[in-house]
Amino acid sequence: MTTATPTSVPTQGGLWAHLVYVLRDNPVTLLSFGLFAFFIGSAVLGPYLVPYDPLATNSAIALQPPNFSHWFGTDNLGRDVFSRVIVATRLDLSISIAAVALSFVIGSVLGAIAGYWGGWLDAVLNRVFDTIMAFPLFVLAMGIVAALGNTIENIVYATAIINIPFYARLVRAEVNIRRESGFALAARLSGNSHWRVLAFHIFPNALPPMMVQVSLNLGWAILNAAGLSFIGLGVRPPEPEWGIMVAQGADFVVSGHWWVALFPGLWLMLAVFTFNLMGDGLRDIVDPRRRT
Amino acid sequence: MSAPLRAVLWRILQTVPVVFGVVVISFVLTRALPGDPAVYFAGAMADEQSIEEVRVALGLDQPLWRQFFLYAGDLLQGDLGNSISTGQPVLTDLAMRLPASLELTLTALLIACAIAIPLGVLAAVRQGSWVDHLCRVLVTAGVSLPTFFTGILLIYVFYYLLGIAPSPLGRLDFIYFEPPRVTGFYLIDSLIDGDPETFFAALRQLILPATTLALFTLAPIARMTRASMLTALSSDYIRTARAAGLSGAMVLFGYAFRNALLPVVTTLGMVFSFVLGANVLVEKVFAWPGIGSYAVEALVVSDYAAIQGFVLAMALLFVFLNLVIDLSYTLIDPRIRFAAK
Repeated sequence: MTTATPTSVPTQGGLWAHLVYVLRDNPVTLLSFGLFAFFIGSAVLGPYLVPYDPLATNSAIALQPPNFSHWFGTDNLGRDVFSRVIVATRLDLSISIAAVALSFVIGSVLGAIAGYWGGWLDAVLNRVFDTIMAFPLFVLAMGIVAALGNTIENIVYATAIINIPFYARLVRAEVNIRRESGFALAARLSGNSHWRVLAFHIFPNALPPMMVQVSLNLGWAILNAAGLSFIGLGVRPPEPEWGIMVAQGADFVVSGHWWVALFPGLWLMLAVFTFNLMGDGLRDIVDPRRRT
Repeated sequence: MSAPLRAVLWRILQTVPVVFGVVVISFVLTRALPGDPAVYFAGAMADEQSIEEVRVALGLDQPLWRQFFLYAGDLLQGDLGNSISTGQPVLTDLAMRLPASLELTLTALLIACAIAIPLGVLAAVRQGSWVDHLCRVLVTAGVSLPTFFTGILLIYVFYYLLGIAPSPLGRLDFIYFEPPRVTGFYLIDSLIDGDPETFFAALRQLILPATTLALFTLAPIARMTRASMLTALSSDYIRTARAAGLSGAMVLFGYAFRNALLPVVTTLGMVFSFVLGANVLVEKVFAWPGIGSYAVEALVVSDYAAIQGFVLAMALLFVFLNLVIDLSYTLIDPRIRFAAK
């Protein structure tokens, strides 16, 4: 960061120009924003727009390949794969967004406290995070869901728990380097409480790198949740969800019915891809130096 | 005591609190079962009295801290409880199935390193060329690919469409006999037995699942190799080496690559975390009889002792792998020895 000058530049226009510059330089980022809008649209409006009821079975049209009336074909119970894939967007996105939001909030609070006050609390929290990271994360999520009970909420909690260390570490580092900085001391001197300084003066500085982390993390959280439901945790059939649809479709792939597993898998991949691209793009906007 | 030896001992000592933490978490997980753990461990047919017996036998009537010591004591004796579904001690089951998982994981890692490291180096040397773009696409696609989905795609293409791959059911086609167990790795055991036919049969079964896992693993390794190679190539000592008139290959492999390799070795720790997790999914897709599919089977029938044993075993394996990585790091990099406290 450069030193602040008293005559502040018109940051709004500067940011906008920077954004346009970065997006023009990197059309892939623009594409990822477009895809993101598409997925949000599917999640919000999908259930009202799909041509068929995602749960309606009809054995007369079981396992039809993609055609004009069923774009993605039908599964073994005659359900329309396209409708199921689109409707599943809401559940998949909700799980991952809820999980990431939880770990964002909890990680921020714990990391900020540890970074600002330090001391024994910092040491204890660090040990706890070390221990969580000592597990292969997907395996720990399996163990947590198995122990807490096989429900969707517990998938959210498990995904949140395994992500907390990443956020907490990030916030801790960002807060720690600014704890003694001039603007924080000035804010203290003008009579703000520790909490106020921490929440309104120091923490906002950690937000840009956090946003990048959130975006990259969302993709990972979707993968994680879909993986858990693929092995039979959380989401129960017949509820449409990408992971479980791939799992059900896997039985038909060996007999050549590729569309049952392909489309939900493709959508899952596309969603993760979108979040990863967006994360990389955001990183370019937030911190051009870290481009790799 | 010599400096490297002290660094190694210090690093080994550092794993003690981590292992303790892992044991605490897995203890919490066994006690966090919904409802009464005694009811679960007594089984579905249990009546009031046998539940009470199980409660006393498991020590669940004791205060929590004493339960923890009982649990840790059992662990030290290698007692992870009995699996409900197989009726055997969980430790025996895990030991039986671990080689299958390790064979798969290690093969995948070898494939991933063999592709990712040259790719990353090339991408860094020819920055902006098609190799670089290919590397970028592979890296972003690789981390976005759900492993279970890649596996299914590969099965469809190579088993159903092309018919080159054997049916994705386990480690060995049923027409072959298991090689006599020495290491538990079929590839090695069949060679020890002097049975090339079984060796190739096992290899054919292994290729698809290992490739699936490798595709996923490749991305972080290639990314790290490229980044650290770029850093190394732009450093002063490379400029000096070039200015001193050393040949291109000497500069590249003798100086840049050796230095770039260190961060890559460090990332392997993170990669192991992903691989061990993805392993579970790949084992399910290919019906691979490793500890991952053992845990998935246990999940279906709510076999808690087996699941918790699996989670603990994976965590200890991961801690051990990280230790090995750090130790090799200490031995490779002479600077680390002085940094050790």
